[in-house]
Amino acid sequence: MRITNHPILTFPEKEEIKFMFEGEPVKGYKGDTIASALHALGIKTLSYSIKKHRPRGFYCAIGNCASCNMVVNGKPNVRTCITFLEEGMDVKVQVNKGVIK
Amino acid sequence: MINKDLIIIGGGPSGLCAAKTAAEAGIDVMVIERSNQLGGQLIKQTHKFFGSKSQYAKTRGYDIAGILIKDLESKSNLEIMKNATVVGLYPDLVVTVLFEGNYIKYQAKSIIVATGASEKFLAFENNDLPGIYGAGAVQTLMNLYGVLPGQEIIMVGSGNIGLIVSYQLLQAGVNVKAIVEAAPTIGGYKVHASKIRRLGVPILTKTTVQRAIGTTQIEAVELVSLDEKWKPIAGTESIFKIDALCISVGLSPMHQLLSMINATTKFIPELGGFVPVVDHHHETSVKGIFVCGDAVGIEEASSAMMEGYLTGLYIAEHLGKSHPEQESLKKLYETQLSMLRDGPFGVKTKIGLEKMREGMKHA
Repeated sequence: MRITNHPILTFPEKEEIKFMFEGEPVKGYKGDTIASALHALGIKTLSYSIKKHRPRGFYCAIGNCASCNMVVNGKPNVRTCITFLEEGMDVKVQVNKGVIK
Repeated sequence: MINKDLIIIGGGPSGLCAAKTAAEAGIDVMVIERSNQLGGQLIKQTHKFFGSKSQYAKTRGYDIAGILIKDLESKSNLEIMKNATVVGLYPDLVVTVLFEGNYIKYQAKSIIVATGASEKFLAFENNDLPGIYGAGAVQTLMNLYGVLPGQEIIMVGSGNIGLIVSYQLLQAGVNVKAIVEAAPTIGGYKVHASKIRRLGVPILTKTTVQRAIGTTQIEAVELVSLDEKWKPIAGTESIFKIDALCISVGLSPMHQLLSMINATTKFIPELGGFVPVVDHHHETSVKGIFVCGDAVGIEEASSAMMEGYLTGLYIAEHLGKSHPEQESLKKLYETQLSMLRDGPFGVKTKIGLEKMREGMKHA
């Protein structure tokens, strides 16, 4: 969910950005990171832990903790909390250590 | 290999302040920042700062970031590199930077590590469920991107960050069900705590999280009361339905780059954990490598800024240069810093610094 009313900050309407999540077309806004755009769509599971395959969301949002790592445009281990959303990005939940093809 | 007089790793409050005084002393400075904007964690802080005027009191965090960035404008001997991550630091003052997919090497005459801190975590069952965030992450998500972490939230930790972020959650329209504090007393300033309480949010002391409940994301949390020995009291468990849990149990200094070069570190709980041991001029055990801000001990941003200004001046001396107002500025910032530490919340820092001095073998 996005903030609409705030006593201090303003969040003016921004340009839409279309991207793919798990093969489905979805939308975010200019200025979003991949993680913030997914979050606004209610998508909180970004990866699965390597051994026990437990769902993982982001924890730190500033690129420290690695729990938001996803596969973006085929590239694994992209820190989605600090990577800005771009038109046409192909974003997938990461389920392993990450393989570079 | 590119040569630089001074490389500052981290463009947060401390790094920017160090860049200002060092550049004014005529040093060729480069600031390397991981993210796409300068200001560090100030850019998401919507609250007004305390302290005196020279510490930017009554100014909102993000406005302070703006001031610090403006201070660096039109300095021809200052270069700023954003979206760049330092991936290697070597004792002979070489820095490897990852920038746009390329590795670039710099040879510096001096280095300031101003990497800040990372959020601590808390051990409980299911603490890895999506929907459990650090307090800083919640601030980033809300105040930078305008996205809510959830509708109903519980905050763990009543330090200043826990209290301030709770207030910011309320401002954004989130229902903060409670603030949980394991200690018998509230950690942060009374003025923040009172503000939260007036809005009807209970602050539950001697209470902690027993476990998180949920399958794909957090759905509820079980709280439990603690006895004098901080042990859970059986029968006091209660379950709260929430869709987000916020953890604010402190910060730990980001000393990793310094560990890479075997700089002496020491575990000092009062400063947040492992910290590099520094002398009175903020130099580490590795000659020419300095540290300032949260990376050398957790304090408030005001202290980090004063430390930054000072470290820039110390670097000037180290490189045989001098700021036009070297002595007067040193005196000013040293006084400001000790004033900040004289308050009741500076006690911990002072004890921590004393412990650090005891471990100073190289000074």
